[in-house]
Amino acid sequence: MKRITTLASALLVSTMLAAGGAQAKTLVYCSEGSPENFTPALNTTGTSLDAARPVFNQLVEFQRGTTNVVPGLAESYKVSPDGLVITFKLRKGVKFHSGVNGFTPTRDFNADDVLWSFNRQWKEDHPYHKISGGAFDYFNDMEMPASLKSIEKVDDYTVKMTLNAPNAPILANLAMDFGTIESAEYAKYLLDKGTPEQFDQIPVGTGPFQFVDYQKDAVIRFKAFDGYWGGKAKFDDLVYAITPDATARYAKMKAGECHVMGYPNPADLEAMGKDKSITLMKQAGLNIGYLAMNVKKPPFDKKEVRQAINMAIDRDSILKEVYQGAGQKAKNLIPPTIWSYNKAVKDYEYSPEKAKALLKKAGVKDLQSDLWWMPVQRPYNPNAKRMAEMMQADLAKVGINVKLVSYEWGEYRKRLQAGEHQMGLLGWTGDNGDPDNFFFLLGCTGAREGGQNISKWCDKKFEDKLQQAKKLSEKADRTKLYEEMQVISKEEAPIVTIAHSTVFEPVSKKVSDYKVSPLGRHDFYGVDIAE
Amino acid sequence: MFRFLLRRLALTVPTFLALMFVTFMMIRLVPGDPIEVRRGERGISPERLAELRHEMGLDQPVWKQFLDYVWGLLHGDFGVSIITKNPILHEFFHLFPATVELSVCALLFATLVGIPAGVIAASRRGGLYDQTLMGIALTGYSMPIFWWGLILILIMSNTLGLTPVSGRVDLVKYYYPQVTGLMLIDSLISGQKGAFLDALRHLILPTIVLGTVPLAIIARMTRSSMLEVLEEDYVRTARAKGLPPYRVIGIHALRNALIPVVTVIGLSVGSLLAGAVLTETIFSWPGVGKWLIESIGRRDYPALQGGIMLISSFVIVVNLIVDLTYGLINPRIRHAR
Repeated sequence: MKRITTLASALLVSTMLAAGGAQAKTLVYCSEGSPENFTPALNTTGTSLDAARPVFNQLVEFQRGTTNVVPGLAESYKVSPDGLVITFKLRKGVKFHSGVNGFTPTRDFNADDVLWSFNRQWKEDHPYHKISGGAFDYFNDMEMPASLKSIEKVDDYTVKMTLNAPNAPILANLAMDFGTIESAEYAKYLLDKGTPEQFDQIPVGTGPFQFVDYQKDAVIRFKAFDGYWGGKAKFDDLVYAITPDATARYAKMKAGECHVMGYPNPADLEAMGKDKSITLMKQAGLNIGYLAMNVKKPPFDKKEVRQAINMAIDRDSILKEVYQGAGQKAKNLIPPTIWSYNKAVKDYEYSPEKAKALLKKAGVKDLQSDLWWMPVQRPYNPNAKRMAEMMQADLAKVGINVKLVSYEWGEYRKRLQAGEHQMGLLGWTGDNGDPDNFFFLLGCTGAREGGQNISKWCDKKFEDKLQQAKKLSEKADRTKLYEEMQVISKEEAPIVTIAHSTVFEPVSKKVSDYKVSPLGRHDFYGVDIAE
Repeated sequence: MFRFLLRRLALTVPTFLALMFVTFMMIRLVPGDPIEVRRGERGISPERLAELRHEMGLDQPVWKQFLDYVWGLLHGDFGVSIITKNPILHEFFHLFPATVELSVCALLFATLVGIPAGVIAASRRGGLYDQTLMGIALTGYSMPIFWWGLILILIMSNTLGLTPVSGRVDLVKYYYPQVTGLMLIDSLISGQKGAFLDALRHLILPTIVLGTVPLAIIARMTRSSMLEVLEEDYVRTARAKGLPPYRVIGIHALRNALIPVVTVIGLSVGSLLAGAVLTETIFSWPGVGKWLIESIGRRDYPALQGGIMLISSFVIVVNLIVDLTYGLINPRIRHAR
């Protein structure tokens, strides 16, 4: 079956090429791996989400290159004064693609598709809930089941979403990939045919590109969708050349075999910067690497001790050594690209003397502590072990004797969340650019055993503001609260904010209008390429 | 001959059993669980973890999991990948042709260059040619594949522009369906002009990289085996008869000298597949080696177990064939008890 569909699509493309006459414009993206499948709601890795994104839309979307939420398949939306009901007005005349497996849509996108897509993740009796493993991690992680009371169709082009409590960040959640709207008609077509699992392998969406073919570990092919509601893409074919090795990706860039590549090797950045055929684009990543101090374990319950550690660690050296310049010193928990970033917060300066004085004031001497480092490379921390060693040396200078500890990654997180550590390195990569998506890391819910707040710090003032900000729908009001929270958390110092790493993306000089996404996405609609 | 075959076949049974057990256990000894490994900083709630483990059968006692696995294998069921939810057999046979194509080319390259090089070296023993050649062979044998691959890409592709960097075919110019999975054949079937040559060009670098180590081994083996044979009485007789050197070396000596070389070629299939893991990663070659590496990272138990079983079976079968060929060219083995 698969063979037939590939054959059919190949024929389709070759006839198209022949008919077109002129050489089709093709953009090649050197991607780093194969997707798990093409249904975003099922996936959590950037690789899989990038692979499905050209095909799909969400109700609301992130404006390319930013974390701003803008209308997508919903032309507009209205939040009720009590914040409990969001009404979406859907866009009319939005066409679905035809599938390479023979599916042809008979109707435009409407409210049924919206309900179908959310209910698949939400309702266990949905016919597709269990298909392809049925683990809808993001839907659950973003606490959608707890937030949603109902999703109803008012008419074909109006959807009413009722919430259990006011929840301002939910709009940013809906712009995430799990908020992708898929075709209910296509789902029914496959179910009737008895091949529902094809749904997640051969994607059909409303997006700017339609899926043509996928060969595992080799290539994914898309072509521009003529009937795209936002206007046809500026180039004809989009090819993902799957190239797992970063050095090989760069070699392909140099040879002109690809036009955009993700995840360059830090060691190659300097050469890329000098390369005349390449523009090395960069942006501050939506992430934070931090050192958490467990306030449940004395003497870290003392504010002075936590502040002293903040002063004892030489972050500038860490930025140079560990991030090799590809990072920015972090003052706040959120990176400066997120709205409500408080510029006025005064950071701790590196000063072993002041740290020693503070420790003395707190009556702490000969402090023995552990310091945990994660065994894996993360976007916000390229080398946790080296970082831990440098911190160990810094802390020794102020009389703190640190023992380094590590575990296998899964075990590591589990134990940190259980609060077994005294000090531990971890970090966070934001999902949707909403400040709440970062600040919850220091909230009281996460401070419980097994929760994600690994400093186990629970501050009433901070928590109240966090909860309040979630309920307000005015951005200005929320901003004020978040700014105040940044002041509190800096003063109380449950964590040492280390760095936001920089995301680099080499792009061929032939490519224009490419934008680096702070969300780590690779988006190609709106991009152009010179022939 | 038939008894010889039966005896060899019987010997593979315990090998398979041991393989099943070892692959199954080894993977489970690696710390980390397939579900937790996928979860980033967010972690997973204990309830959800238990639920997912139950769905995948990971909450069963290990012996039970093992018996289920063996039972499945006996019925030809290799299970489904934890990550993609596709059947393992489907994934494997979708990727395996690429590995086979690359390995066959590498082996052909190694054999076609290695044997003549070894023969020439032996016939000029101790000379400059011999010493240079054996020096190169030693270097080749100790060449780290990753480094060698990247250096070749840098020189041949980036600097000289002679070969493509990676992949199996130019993705922009050519697009044809995968029929056999062997790119050289598929490109011919497609009838697209230039596709075959392009596929061939894409094979050059990976073939050289993967073929380097076996080439070195084959050249050295041929040389030493040849030297031994050249000392034999019948070679001296042949020379004394006044036969021209090319006939003495090329026909009389080479045929006997090749017996150990054939074994070496057969054995190198195993190491070829091991080398393919790295080669495939450097050259973005969509084969099973890269797939296995990824499966380790993702703790995709069924994919790893199934993949290793299938590859090992392949190696066992190839070795079996080599043993049989060996029996054919050397009757002494065939009749030995």
